Amino acid sequence: MKNALSPRRRAYAFLMRMLMIVAVGLTGMLTLFLIGYVLMRGLPNLTWELLSTKPSYLSDRIGILPDILNTFYLITAALFLVLPLGVGAAVYLNEYARNKKLVAVIEYAAETLSGIPSIIYGLVGMLFFCQFLNLRTSLFAGALTLVIMNLPTVMRTTQESLKTVPQSYREGAFALGAGKWRVIRTVVLPDCVDGILTGCILSVGRMLGESAALLFTAGFAHELCNFFEGLGSAGATLTVALYVYAKEQGEFDVAFAIAALLMILTLLINFLASLVGKRLNRRKEV
Amino acid sequence: MMKKVKTDKPAETVIHGIFFLLGLVAVGCVLLITVYLVIAGIPAIREIGLIPFLFGTRWASTAAEPSFGILPIILTSVYGTAGAIVLGVPVGFLTAVYLSKVAPPRVRSVMESAAGLLAGIPSVVYGLVGMLVLVPAIRNLFHVPDGASLLAAILVLAVMILPSIIKVSITALDAVPKEYEDASLALGATPIETYFRVSVPAAKSGIAAAVVLGVGRAMGEAMAVMMVAGNVANMPSLFQSVRFLTTAVASEMSYSSGLQREALFSIALVLFLFIMLINAALNFLLKRGAGK
Repeated sequence: MKNALSPRRRAYAFLMRMLMIVAVGLTGMLTLFLIGYVLMRGLPNLTWELLSTKPSYLSDRIGILPDILNTFYLITAALFLVLPLGVGAAVYLNEYARNKKLVAVIEYAAETLSGIPSIIYGLVGMLFFCQFLNLRTSLFAGALTLVIMNLPTVMRTTQESLKTVPQSYREGAFALGAGKWRVIRTVVLPDCVDGILTGCILSVGRMLGESAALLFTAGFAHELCNFFEGLGSAGATLTVALYVYAKEQGEFDVAFAIAALLMILTLLINFLASLVGKRLNRRKEV
Repeated sequence: MMKKVKTDKPAETVIHGIFFLLGLVAVGCVLLITVYLVIAGIPAIREIGLIPFLFGTRWASTAAEPSFGILPIILTSVYGTAGAIVLGVPVGFLTAVYLSKVAPPRVRSVMESAAGLLAGIPSVVYGLVGMLVLVPAIRNLFHVPDGASLLAAILVLAVMILPSIIKVSITALDAVPKEYEDASLALGATPIETYFRVSVPAAKSGIAAAVVLGVGRAMGEAMAVMMVAGNVANMPSLFQSVRFLTTAVASEMSYSSGLQREALFSIALVLFLFIMLINAALNFLLKRGAGK
């Protein structure tokens, strides 16, 4: 049987198989190399002093605590705003909308939003939030920019999970005399919490890694503030701080320490996302 | 009972209205972005002139006699994206075929999480590694004075678009009906022949969409490129420092003023038009893939 194949066909199969294995190997090695290299160069520099202080010119010390807090404030504020918007839009598309054309327009808009590069968000955020709405360069302006950027993500994941809620649940609730809003609030939404959660996790990941959109909206400051002061003033997130330390100040050790921290958080977020994703998939199959 | 239903009615209408407005937010955002970019981008183009702006070969925004020609910047973006696609697509495509058709489930799940991780790594981290590993390597390997070049940007972009290409291609390949493959196998084709001559052609819209998505990603990336490309507005050449559309905006915005600032908005408008074109192509391909 084996010799029934002509040498040409055997060579083709062999070549293609080799090429595929090389490609997979390359992808895997790249991932391993990136994680390994960043952690190796970064972890030794990731000291408690770096994590728990703010930069001081007097003692010539660099600390990234303000950047960590800024990142946290920014993500909290953006998530707080994007969740109702995204979930609401998904509920409208899936539960209320009757006009097919309008649904297509909204979905096209969401797709367009997810394709726009972050530098353009940064620019429009600066023009609209910082200048037109007079929020100046502040974390809040940055958070609003991130809200627009992550709207499609939350919309899409919520919508996908709304589609998995069995129609019979809704019919059952309607038959008991519940109004539309009550059905959505008490039956439909509780059943797609994991989809909304996935959207949250994915958004947090994107916000954590975002930098180009924040350069001109959230600024570069490294001041320690509480939540509300922080939102009102300019502040660098971890990614922006990494960029500034690496490109403008040549502090590569600090940059790698931040990179290692970001890498660990990215690993964590990916792990959480796959955990929730697995639950979601199991439910889809049932 | 009847009365209760009646009092619910206005509340339901209000809530319906609220959700309707929430649904329109995305549309509003797209309009806002478009309108702002057009309003901000037009004045400089009017002042400089469309032809000198798009086809002028010299960008010297801060010179005593400023010159605002963005042809080198446009060409850099186009060449850089093309280079990233040429390198990234074959690797991503072959990986996707292997993972979708050949790989044991364990390998597949590990590699899928690897791709997910690659997608999640912040672009500044790519930039940092590129800056400290790739740029010196290029300098030593090719004996050029500075490794920060178009080549470095292409390599970083190729890695950055890999996960999108892998993910979208896998989805497309998974959706190929099993019967096609079974029929091909029954006719005596080897598994590998079946994958590349039956499954891949059947999934071609989805794979094309993956490529277009990669083009969009590469064209829009700013920070990683800014850290490895050197940022001088030269005509593109592999070993020279170059400036992309994205980095042109990012690198000068913080200290720009007057016509220079307006010209940066115009560059953003040009970038936006490129991206809208790519988006339209992507949407068309995905629709065609889903329609089958």
